Amino acid sequence: MTKRQQRMMAVGALVLGIGAAAALGFTAFQKNMMYFQTPSDLIAGKASAGAKVRLGGLVEKGSVTRGDGLTVKFRMADCTNVVNVRYDGILPDLFREGQGIVATGRLAEDGAFVADEVLAKHDENYMPPDLADSLKTDAGHSCAPFKSAMQSAKQTEQ
Amino acid sequence: MSWTWFHRLGSPPTFFRFAERVAPWLMVLALLLIVIGCGVGLFLAPEDYQQGDAFRMIYVHVPTAAISLSIYAAMAVAGAVALIWRMKLAEAAVVAAAPIGASFTVVALATGMLWGKPMWGAYWVWDARLTSELVLLFLYLGVITLNSTFSDARAAARACAWLALVGVVNVPIVKFSVDWWNSLHQTATIMKLGKPSMSWPMLWPLLMSIAGFYFLFGAALLRRMQNQLLWRERNTRWVAEWLKGAA
Repeated sequence: MTKRQQRMMAVGALVLGIGAAAALGFTAFQKNMMYFQTPSDLIAGKASAGAKVRLGGLVEKGSVTRGDGLTVKFRMADCTNVVNVRYDGILPDLFREGQGIVATGRLAEDGAFVADEVLAKHDENYMPPDLADSLKTDAGHSCAPFKSAMQSAKQTEQ
Repeated sequence: MSWTWFHRLGSPPTFFRFAERVAPWLMVLALLLIVIGCGVGLFLAPEDYQQGDAFRMIYVHVPTAAISLSIYAAMAVAGAVALIWRMKLAEAAVVAAAPIGASFTVVALATGMLWGKPMWGAYWVWDARLTSELVLLFLYLGVITLNSTFSDARAAARACAWLALVGVVNVPIVKFSVDWWNSLHQTATIMKLGKPSMSWPMLWPLLMSIAGFYFLFGAALLRRMQNQLLWRERNTRWVAEWLKGAA
């Protein structure tokens, strides 16, 4: 083997080795790489009561009720399961019914999720408002991202 | 197929003259495309159904973010060529590309934060996409720092090439982080299977802007490589002759 072929092998082995290590590492820590859990994850009891978790899902249509001051109650859904959410604070501009959001908080004794931060998650579709009206995409989000999230959650269970 | 043209282009003086001719044209194309793309994007494109005018950050954010990844991948390829074939031009390319990549990464991160605050409600979250892009910035800074710690320019470039190859594993992680893991950041709009999920009047200025920023990178890379070659070859006759002609 010439010097050049040796260097070629070294470069190839380095890139393949690090790639394999990264693939194994990230597969092992799949759950830790998730930025949020879905309502299904929460109901399946993956989060221990009182532990701080991020919950991602859609604001269910017709579920938003406003109380005193900034208090707001709504249900978060992932197309399979629903969780009741309470939040007392400023909501992002994009917060609306049908919108994807990520709420940080804890599961309370009564089974409701008490959030102390709510972030809006928008999708990758961009279009003018008149086109959006004609397509009736006012719901804004499809279930697709949450379905894939649930699938990957199932894979880690197995 | 004959490779003579490739070997000729690989010689520093030939490449230097090639860059001298091509770089100004790349710069003109870059400015033209960026001005039209960003101009139309910022002022004429319709507002988004969901995000209103805030979506216009896309015309700078997406091109710079895409290029920040492309530059790292290119730097790793140049690094492999520099290590395996000991090609001087590839060494100059690795060292020259790092600060450009770092700059694009900083702009991508900054515009992303400015976009995140009004839409998501936070400047920064530690989700997989944002975190891996920050790691990309640190990798660039690592290459820049590593280069400055060596006194021998060729040894420095080879060390940088190794780091570029080690870090290239992060490029697919940044790109696919939004598909592999739940993240706050949305998934790809253009670079994905199937049609781009963006309506045409908003899409074409974005494509122009992306092309423009790529040409800007091309022009910057050629100019920085020219400087590298002048310094690395400073004891050769062609540099002395070129400097005499330029003065």
